[in-house]
Amino acid sequence: MAKFLVFIEQRNGQIKKSSYEAAKVAAETATKLGGTVEAIAVGGDITNLDLLGGYGVSKVNHLKNDLYTEYSPSAYSEAIVNFVAENGFEILFFGASAMGKDLAPRVSAKLDAGLAVDCVALCVEGTDIIATRPVYAGKALVDLKINSAKKVFALRPNVFSAGAPSEAKAEVSVVAVAAPNLNVKVVEIKKSEGKIDVAEADIIVSGGRGMKAPEHFAMIEELSQLLGAAVGASRAVVDAGWRPHAEQVGQTGKVVSPTLYFALGISGAIQHLAGMRSSKYIVAINKDKDAPIFQIADYGIVGDVFEVMPKLIEEVKKIKA
Amino acid sequence: MKIAVCVSHVPDTAAKINIGADGKSIDPAGVTFVVNPYDEFAIEEALKTKEKLGCETVAISLGGDANKETLRKALAMGIDNAVLLKDDSYRDSLSVAKALAEEIKAQGAELVFFGKQSVDYDNSVVGQMTSELLGFNCVSVAVTFALDGTKVTCEREIEGGKEVVETSLPAVVTAQKGLNEPRYASLKGIMAAKKKEIAEKQPAASSNYVEVTAMKRPAAKQAGKIVGTDSSAVPELVRLLREEAKVI
Repeated sequence: MAKFLVFIEQRNGQIKKSSYEAAKVAAETATKLGGTVEAIAVGGDITNLDLLGGYGVSKVNHLKNDLYTEYSPSAYSEAIVNFVAENGFEILFFGASAMGKDLAPRVSAKLDAGLAVDCVALCVEGTDIIATRPVYAGKALVDLKINSAKKVFALRPNVFSAGAPSEAKAEVSVVAVAAPNLNVKVVEIKKSEGKIDVAEADIIVSGGRGMKAPEHFAMIEELSQLLGAAVGASRAVVDAGWRPHAEQVGQTGKVVSPTLYFALGISGAIQHLAGMRSSKYIVAINKDKDAPIFQIADYGIVGDVFEVMPKLIEEVKKIKA
Repeated sequence: MKIAVCVSHVPDTAAKINIGADGKSIDPAGVTFVVNPYDEFAIEEALKTKEKLGCETVAISLGGDANKETLRKALAMGIDNAVLLKDDSYRDSLSVAKALAEEIKAQGAELVFFGKQSVDYDNSVVGQMTSELLGFNCVSVAVTFALDGTKVTCEREIEGGKEVVETSLPAVVTAQKGLNEPRYASLKGIMAAKKKEIAEKQPAASSNYVEVTAMKRPAAKQAGKIVGTDSSAVPELVRLLREEAKVI
């Protein structure tokens, strides 16, 4: 009977959505392979840990210490590795968030376990778990099989659905940890105030060189605010210094898959398309009818973005009123 | 102190990717390979630190002979020495990390820079794995780096903000875009790099932990509907988004 363990990420004592997704997928995979699923959460006080039962987790091991309140790569990875080794877990799941992508490889190296990171699909073939993940920023996909005895999977956030939880409650076991290894520690978090991150957004409004000047992004910001969306940008405008790198979508920026993606004044260089082609719906507004973005857009307006945008903002205002 | 920079040789981001005959890797025909873009930030940070502290720098790359091009570029930018860990076969992240950790140990480096990810396999994990194998501290996805004695302070990018992280040497730092502005190699640097020896070493064999069973193309996305050619099409666009796609 394979023993599965899901890492539960908390920030400010709240469980992150990507952890529910990982729990659900771990539970489904364990059902197919005949395994058990427990979870591990590292932190100070964390709310709603018992609700993970609704996603198929039988027991949540809460490694507790006030020094765990903020993320510490060294403390978290050491705590997880020790817990896994002491309790004989074999298959580990993480959400491939910023924290998950930092932690999973450390844990994998320490446990001498193969790692499949950023998985977008998982299936069971016989007794194997086959993970699918994008490579070359999504220009291709690979199927992976982990051959080591211990295996680590990190799932790309927002791809798998956690679904609605059942009423089941998980047993919560608090494990006191005496002296966390704080060799690497987070001393401060600087939030980008009031901004939604492109990596987590449901809707993204992106602008490219066709916006002509940084001040014209005011229109993009207005539309994104109306829609509760994140502002995105092409590499050209980030390299020109018009927008911060955190907003860059594409192969050397963020790879995103929102429900709705607006590409405004973006022609669609191959490295941009690679970063957003898995968006569910793509809207493109560009005056060049031959722009590559139209080859993957669901809806397009071949027209002047400066003429179309004000009307678009006006129409969206109407429906949001 | 010695600084190591680990670099990889990858297809240019403008390259079109075709699947090779084995169905498990890309067809390299017609693909231009370049220094991994994130590794340029790693090289630059090593050079800036070298200029401040006067330490020795070495670039390390694992792969075939073609990787020498990328090592030459690092030398041309100003890195002192280069080592090619020669291996033409496929290696997964952990077995790459093992080979790099061995070499970093042999070099006696105390500070190691990586790009935060290679834009081929996009794993974003080799730096963190290498740090664990070495027992070094590690900060990944760094957008700032400061070294004061042995104290390392970095900001790393997270969802919706940045974390300020403190640690100490020996350390691995993986570079995110924004960390610095990589310099261009000077003509003098390029000429000097041509004359430099690139050390070749055979990395210890390691079995792969992860096997690629297939490589495939993503499902093709069909071109959609052109709704119109000016702002008069906007009401119809908004209607489609509401009623057909049901996304706003």
